[in-house]
Amino acid sequence: MSSFWLFLIIVSLAVIGFFVGTSRAMSVASGDKRKLHSLPSYYGSNIAIFTIVPSFLLLVIWMLAQPLIVSSSVRSHIPADTIDPGSTIGLVMSDVQRLANGLDVAVSQGFMTEEDARSVQAGSSDIRARLGQAGVVLGSSVRPEVLQAAQEYRTMTSTGDMLRAIFVIGIALAGFAYAFRKTSVTFRARNTVEKTIYTLLLGAASIAILTTVGIVLSLIFTTGEFFSIQACLSEVDNYEQTHLAALRAADMNLQNCPLGNVALLDQMTSVTGETFSVTTGDYLSAFADFFFGTTWSPSFGGGSELGILPLLWGTFYISVIALLVAVPIGLFAAIYLSEYASSPVRAFAKPMLEVLAGIPTIVYGLFALLTVGPLLVSAFGDDGALGLNWMQGGTAVMTAGLVMGIMLIPFVSSLSDDIINAVPQAMRDGSLGLGATHSETIRQVVLPAALPGIVGAILLAASRAIGETMIVVLGAGAAARLSMNPFDAMTTVTAKIVSQLTGDADFSSPEALVAFALGMTLFVITLGLNVFALYIVRKYREQYE
Amino acid sequence: MTDATVTQPAAPGGAPKKTSLLKLDQRTRRRNAAEKRFKIYGMIAVGIGLVFLVALLSAIIVNGTNAFTQTFVTMNVTLNEDVLDKNGNRNPADIKKVSTFGYAPLINSALENKVESLGIETLLEDGGDMRAIMSASAAAQLRDYVLGNPDQIGETIEFRFLASSRVDGYLKGRVTRESIARDRNISSAHLLLIDDLKELGVVERVFNWGFITGTDASEARPEQAGIGASMIGSFFMMLVVLCLSLPIGVAASIYLEEFAPQNRFTDIIEVNISNLAAVPSIVFGILGLAAFIQFAHLPQSAPLVGGLVLTLMTLPTIIISTRASLKSVPQSIRDAALGVGASKMQSVFHHVLPLAMPGILTGTIIGLAQALGETAPLLLIGMVGFIASEYPNGIQEGFLDPNSAMPAQIFEWAKRADPAYYERAWGGIIILLLFLMTMNLIAILLRRRFERRW
Amino acid sequence: MNDMRRLERDVDTSDIKISAKGVQVYYGDNHAIKDVDVSIADKTVTAFIGPSGCGKSTFLRCINRMNDTIDVARVEGDIRIDGEDIYDKAVDPVQLRAKVGMVFQKPNPFPKSIYDNVAYGPKIHGLAQNKAGLDEIVEKSLRRAALWDEAKDRLNEPGTGLSGGQQQRLCIARAVATEPEILLMDEPCSALDPIATAQVEELIDELRQSYSVVIVTHSMQQAARVSQKTAFFHLGNLVEYGQTGDIFTNPQDPRTESYITGRIG
Repeated sequence: MSSFWLFLIIVSLAVIGFFVGTSRAMSVASGDKRKLHSLPSYYGSNIAIFTIVPSFLLLVIWMLAQPLIVSSSVRSHIPADTIDPGSTIGLVMSDVQRLANGLDVAVSQGFMTEEDARSVQAGSSDIRARLGQAGVVLGSSVRPEVLQAAQEYRTMTSTGDMLRAIFVIGIALAGFAYAFRKTSVTFRARNTVEKTIYTLLLGAASIAILTTVGIVLSLIFTTGEFFSIQACLSEVDNYEQTHLAALRAADMNLQNCPLGNVALLDQMTSVTGETFSVTTGDYLSAFADFFFGTTWSPSFGGGSELGILPLLWGTFYISVIALLVAVPIGLFAAIYLSEYASSPVRAFAKPMLEVLAGIPTIVYGLFALLTVGPLLVSAFGDDGALGLNWMQGGTAVMTAGLVMGIMLIPFVSSLSDDIINAVPQAMRDGSLGLGATHSETIRQVVLPAALPGIVGAILLAASRAIGETMIVVLGAGAAARLSMNPFDAMTTVTAKIVSQLTGDADFSSPEALVAFALGMTLFVITLGLNVFALYIVRKYREQYE
Repeated sequence: MTDATVTQPAAPGGAPKKTSLLKLDQRTRRRNAAEKRFKIYGMIAVGIGLVFLVALLSAIIVNGTNAFTQTFVTMNVTLNEDVLDKNGNRNPADIKKVSTFGYAPLINSALENKVESLGIETLLEDGGDMRAIMSASAAAQLRDYVLGNPDQIGETIEFRFLASSRVDGYLKGRVTRESIARDRNISSAHLLLIDDLKELGVVERVFNWGFITGTDASEARPEQAGIGASMIGSFFMMLVVLCLSLPIGVAASIYLEEFAPQNRFTDIIEVNISNLAAVPSIVFGILGLAAFIQFAHLPQSAPLVGGLVLTLMTLPTIIISTRASLKSVPQSIRDAALGVGASKMQSVFHHVLPLAMPGILTGTIIGLAQALGETAPLLLIGMVGFIASEYPNGIQEGFLDPNSAMPAQIFEWAKRADPAYYERAWGGIIILLLFLMTMNLIAILLRRRFERRW
Repeated sequence: MNDMRRLERDVDTSDIKISAKGVQVYYGDNHAIKDVDVSIADKTVTAFIGPSGCGKSTFLRCINRMNDTIDVARVEGDIRIDGEDIYDKAVDPVQLRAKVGMVFQKPNPFPKSIYDNVAYGPKIHGLAQNKAGLDEIVEKSLRRAALWDEAKDRLNEPGTGLSGGQQQRLCIARAVATEPEILLMDEPCSALDPIATAQVEELIDELRQSYSVVIVTHSMQQAARVSQKTAFFHLGNLVEYGQTGDIFTNPQDPRTESYITGRIG
């Protein structure tokens, strides 16, 4: 039974429970509502809650736990010696899962009977062709142990699904019965219901924490995986260097990380006489390569150099240009609109500037790629109007920075506007009363008073610029380089996250995993900026409250 | 408020006291000039901002409106029985066996006939050469018609086919004789033919419904691509976002605003929300990829996953605006409800929440608009690179089958590096912005209509 | 008509510092000051009293054109300082305000050091030739505001760190640092405790030596203590104006009497 139907069943049980509970309450009170502690509908809600909440929780936990349990059990049944050199248990497991899903599809579309799927042998029939009929494409021919594991996987999953249905419905019914029996004149249904609602509200509020935890965990695990693979690969290099002759003699060519492949490890030990093991030094060198490497050249065939510095430089350069555009314009616009503009001008210009903030970033990206880029090339490029030959193509740091600056103008101006307006009028009066001009008041009293807040706003804008993706993906180019020329194409952390994770890369290769390490770096930088900026802004607000 | 036209000599040296107010001294005039300059800087800044807005919008309109018209070629095609149904028994299985390649000659000859009957002189030898002016989709369109109406085989019927993207570009001024110098697909002879055909009304540009309702097409057929399927993808995503973020957002806000005790846990939640609001959207994409796709094995490119990711992304925005509208309900309302013996929960759900509802809805719509335009997280969960060439078959498929979304589709077109697709990307942006404008308008109207001054 | 008045004024060359004739102030549709005529003498303390909302602060703010900073405010009539119409087109409010200093209800030191607070006015008006000159002005002003002894060792500390009474005296020092001829004070003691109030009042009395001081106060006792002349405002009208002693002991108008005896307010 699919989880969707299961969910529908417990929901309808709960709905039934509501009506049963309401009428039960009326009947125990012999038709007189006033005898009850709470309104009848609370008794109904009470039953509904007891029906749905525990069973739904169980369903969710089950859905999370079952795949983990099943796959770890299947994993332990795959013999270690069947894993190819150059492959890992993870890759084999993803084959198993693909095959199991393929069998499911084939059964559901009627190309195979359930019996077939359970008993089919790898040797006896060409399973690949039969699955192909059902539109399931398998990469290589199916090996018997993988098929066996896939079949085991399917059996365990279907048993699990059946148990799940029994338990979930059982719990729902038990909750129903319990709440039904408690329904009496004196039962404080309202308090119970309200307590549950309170818990639900609390749960909803905690989703924010869950999201953060989810982000941190998913980044930590994948980043950890990236660094362990990189450390392993660096140890592979060392190992090859030291045992070059022996390995060559045995015709062994190490390319991938051998960890997890027991047979290969044994063979390596026997050939070279040294056990392959990853040391802390390898980890350090992996960290150093990533954080201090000045070359970024991923190649999916292996031998990538994945240094983050060129990406950080591109990110930094583009953000600086964006801030150079956005901060003066945004700040002056905010000052003008809040201090000088007549109210019709303000009523027109303020929403107009805010329109810029409401435009999706993909629009800015396209604007950079197709309008601003060519425009800049026609001015600064080869044969450009200025004859400078500074720019080779439309995608460049300048293009992305300029457009990102436009995007940030309303962000800076509306934050600055809030902050300038928070400076008390008494401060302005004091200065004007001394005979200062309006601009002197702004420059020498209002802005210094608002400075911490404005710095906070600029930091928030910077964090936005660093995290911006679409504009740099479309406007900045793809080449990672350390250059000072703002008319060169460069790339950023976010753009590389996109390019490493879209496409057909295998998610367990270092070239794909590096995106998570980049994401972690991005997250840490922007989080640091945000926390710092929000702290400053909050401190600033408190000062005038 | 100053009058700079007064020209008075600078106050002679001496005590600054007892100067006349009616005489502007040198220093005051200098300061007033600085004042004026400062004000002008402000005007310039606002002006630049507005100029950028105008530049952006005009780029969109100038480049995008062309996507809403498309060039079509009208001609009579004889549905030849020997080609389409050799057995002559109108058996659908037999008719199906004829592939689109089989239909090409019909179009060639129809084109040739048309040109001949109109008496147009052309350098092109036969229909096969001329067919470069037609979209590759013409044969498929013909085949679909025949499969749908097998009884029409043998008749001659008038069809309106899509012209090729080069021809379309020629009529729109995107393709010129110079630009096709090295183009293998089309020659200037074709363009001459098009000029003649256009004069005679055979080739015409009409409003392009196919762009709004159609599905994405392969890289070689930009003339056929439409944004309809990804619009549906966006719609299902927004449904997920609405159904999750509104109740969760409201529940979280009620907790934080009405019930939360002053303690560490509440502080942690608050800090988390304000930080999540500023986390780059791509990080949510990474979360979606790692948690929903790699860990929970939800299908890639599915609107459901997109909706989940966008929900997590929009929740902080919605919570922040919902809390603001709950906060604006005066305490006296709560006190009044509590005073007549309602429980705290009842006072919130019966009195505070309904009063705050317009504000909550406004915030939600704005959050949805933000989610609708968001692209970066969708790239990571596989919504780009997928060609949304079919509409989903049903509701469940709508949520779970791979699809694209409007901004992802626009990005996909922008990546294809073909001016014909660029035009469509701009056109897609016009549609996207129309949606966003409508949503924001609704939000503004809601706010106007229900705005309360306590 | 303007010329007529000017002629009239030129004849009157006594020590009248400020003269107002037919002043009307509107805040949007609200007629806040109705036809006020008043002449304020040099080197005296003049108190404006009256119930809240009677227009006394509004009128005070007309004298240095602070009402210009409020969009909806409109001032009509004729206000002259030393015979010059301060609402004349040729008058720059910036220059006017250098001549007419102002101290506000709530102490509002700038978020700068004590030194910079006092030096702010002289700096923008260019009153000091050099750093030494500026130091001198700061010291003189702080001494005048009776704050020097308390502040001389902490000139570089922020002005906001002082106590309320000290802050208000700092604001007075800041105002006198620009060497004004007139000092307007808008309820300068309303946010202070009695001890600080006494210090500020003492200061006001000393300032009379050099300036014409106009003080708005809601406290009749304060008016009686510090002022030589008192004007009573009620609902935007100037009801009575005369020697402080006369106003408090022998009010001519029944409204003044009611207010002083506490029947309206």
